[in-house]
Amino acid sequence: MNANPTLGIRDLHVSVEGKPILKGLSLAVRKGEVHALMGPNGSGKSTLANALMGNPKYEVTQGQILYQGVDVLELGADERARKGLFLAFQYPTAIPGVSVANFLRTALNARRKEIGEEKPIAPKEFRALVKEQMALLKMDESFAGRYLNDGFSGGEKKRAEILQMAVLRPEIAVLDETDSGLDIDALRIVSEGVNALAGPDLGVLLITHYQRILNYIKPDFVHVLVDGRIVKSGGPELALELEAQGYDWIREDRAA
Amino acid sequence: MTQATTLDIREGYREKFGFHDAEKSVFKTRRGLDREVVAQISEIKGEPAWMRDFRLKSLEHFERKPLPRWGGAVDEIDFQNIFYYLKPTEEQGKTWDDIPADIKKTFDRLGIPEAEQKFLSGVGAQYDSETVYHKIKEELSAKGVIFLDTGTALKEHPDLFREYFGTLIPPSDNKFAALNSAVWSGGSFIYVPKGVKVDLPLQAYFRINAKDMGQFERTLIIVDEGAYVHYVEGCTAPIYASDSLHSAVVEIVVKPGGRCRYTTIQNWSNNVYNLVTKRAAAYRDATMEWVDGNLGSKLTMKYPSVYLMEKGAHAEILSIAFAGRGQHQDAGGKAVHAAPHTTSSIVSKSISKDGGRAGYRGLIKVAKGAKGCKSTVRCDALLLDERSRSDTYPYMEIEEDQVSIGHEATVSKIGDEQLFYLMSRGIPEAEAAAMIVSGFIEPIVKELPMEYAVEMNRLIQLQMEGSVG
Repeated sequence: MNANPTLGIRDLHVSVEGKPILKGLSLAVRKGEVHALMGPNGSGKSTLANALMGNPKYEVTQGQILYQGVDVLELGADERARKGLFLAFQYPTAIPGVSVANFLRTALNARRKEIGEEKPIAPKEFRALVKEQMALLKMDESFAGRYLNDGFSGGEKKRAEILQMAVLRPEIAVLDETDSGLDIDALRIVSEGVNALAGPDLGVLLITHYQRILNYIKPDFVHVLVDGRIVKSGGPELALELEAQGYDWIREDRAA
Repeated sequence: MTQATTLDIREGYREKFGFHDAEKSVFKTRRGLDREVVAQISEIKGEPAWMRDFRLKSLEHFERKPLPRWGGAVDEIDFQNIFYYLKPTEEQGKTWDDIPADIKKTFDRLGIPEAEQKFLSGVGAQYDSETVYHKIKEELSAKGVIFLDTGTALKEHPDLFREYFGTLIPPSDNKFAALNSAVWSGGSFIYVPKGVKVDLPLQAYFRINAKDMGQFERTLIIVDEGAYVHYVEGCTAPIYASDSLHSAVVEIVVKPGGRCRYTTIQNWSNNVYNLVTKRAAAYRDATMEWVDGNLGSKLTMKYPSVYLMEKGAHAEILSIAFAGRGQHQDAGGKAVHAAPHTTSSIVSKSISKDGGRAGYRGLIKVAKGAKGCKSTVRCDALLLDERSRSDTYPYMEIEEDQVSIGHEATVSKIGDEQLFYLMSRGIPEAEAAAMIVSGFIEPIVKELPMEYAVEMNRLIQLQMEGSVG
């Protein structure tokens, strides 16, 4: 394991439309680790996800985001992504008229260029890759020809996010409430997809409201986010305590 | 994300299409327009008296008719500064080697001979006022398909020509149709005999080379019963500081059970006024399809129309307009339901950026007694920035109750969320924006033959270059 974390968040303050949401969040994620970040609605979970990826609507007012030892605050979302940072969106955006395959190819070639691959992926190799990954996620082959997130069901959108992750092979993946809106079968398929990718070359930050997904994806660390700060960190057992006692327990704990 | 900056729009146009050859002509009328100029054009072409009279009468219509008070700023056109006829070569070429080297080089650069080899049934190439090259595959002429420049057709098929010429768009129709009728030169004449299906497209390419030039081609297509043809036209011009004028008239007759598709990829330079009248008549169970892509020009006013004359006739109009800085695209389409149980569909997609203005202007007309007609109109506009403009003018004249008419219109801005989503996957901002635009027009582009779909996407990329940084 590296001494320096792949993703180091230090004293991060983020405002949305002038309103402070994150108020000094620090967290370190190394490759090979799975972190779960849990918190009630409005605690700042999605704000963290967006700020990490560089959404211009989220203003970092203080602190640092270090990725592979470099401060990425000045980098655009596309540059961060090409370096291997990935965000699975809670609400993926529809891009009518752009097929899943065309989009994946463009994104993959952008990433390949960054890691020194001179040539775009060969069409045959690309088709095989997408076919294989779609099979793992139990997606029909016709999916590649559909327009990106356009008319997708909630479950299809989440699967499409994991498909992108599988094709782009990031080093750090932030999953923003990937479990929300999924029925139990879809949750299992998506979780299996994430587990298939997890390993020594990938660090995962799993953002969730509920413990449910942690039955499928086993975290090494669990953090609790309340009102823009991490108020408690621990092992997997912390998630079970939260499930049993609710977030009020943490709030009362803090107040005490 | 970096701040969006605007560079020179259509920057790539200059090298790819905006070049010009040194002007050489075997004959050129003097600057401006009057009876003498019109008579001179007719004389040099060696036309019959009826055509000379038709031209002179048309000139009177042109002079009498007021400029349209709607659409774009046509009153800025200086009609007396324009050359109305320029003959670039003595003879039309039968092979590409027959035509002067610099003209051939121009068409080589535009990829026309190559396209002819690969995927076309025939090609016409017009350079200023005359068609310098025209050819159709022999097996098609053997089946009786006629594909000639319009002037030659007047000589070789005078009866067929006269039966249809000017019947759909009389000179009195509008000021620019009158102008074309007075000074027309070049264009395509197509006749497809009964039951003959022309599998690969016929293409015409229109090139303006000279400065202060007017190009007035005239196209007439007759698709006989049960026949099919796909005609494609493309056009480009050099960039000049002064304006050029392109004013075409296109008439199409589709007889019972026939089908005609007419595809335009209009890519004039930004100093060309493009004022075109296009009209088709579709008879029993016939289908007329206009696929109209407008990317270039300073001002385009063009509304391809279909008159649905008999039961079962169908009209399909797909329109794409892209307006960048200094451009105004006033495009759209018209469907006139003159008979019962006829159907039409109009889909329009317009994109405006860098202060450009793109609009949809269309008409659905249902005549009294035309029961059971169906029509749907859908127009979507995409605005790429705050300075650009989109207008929608959907006119309806419905004189019959028992009809089904649908109309939908949307205006959207290129979404920050869409951009962020694509960028979060490593796609740079300019490429992401181009991708969103390509996706927006995809429903129309997928209707094009593959080669043209590629071309259309390439042109859109070119339009998008340097727009976001």
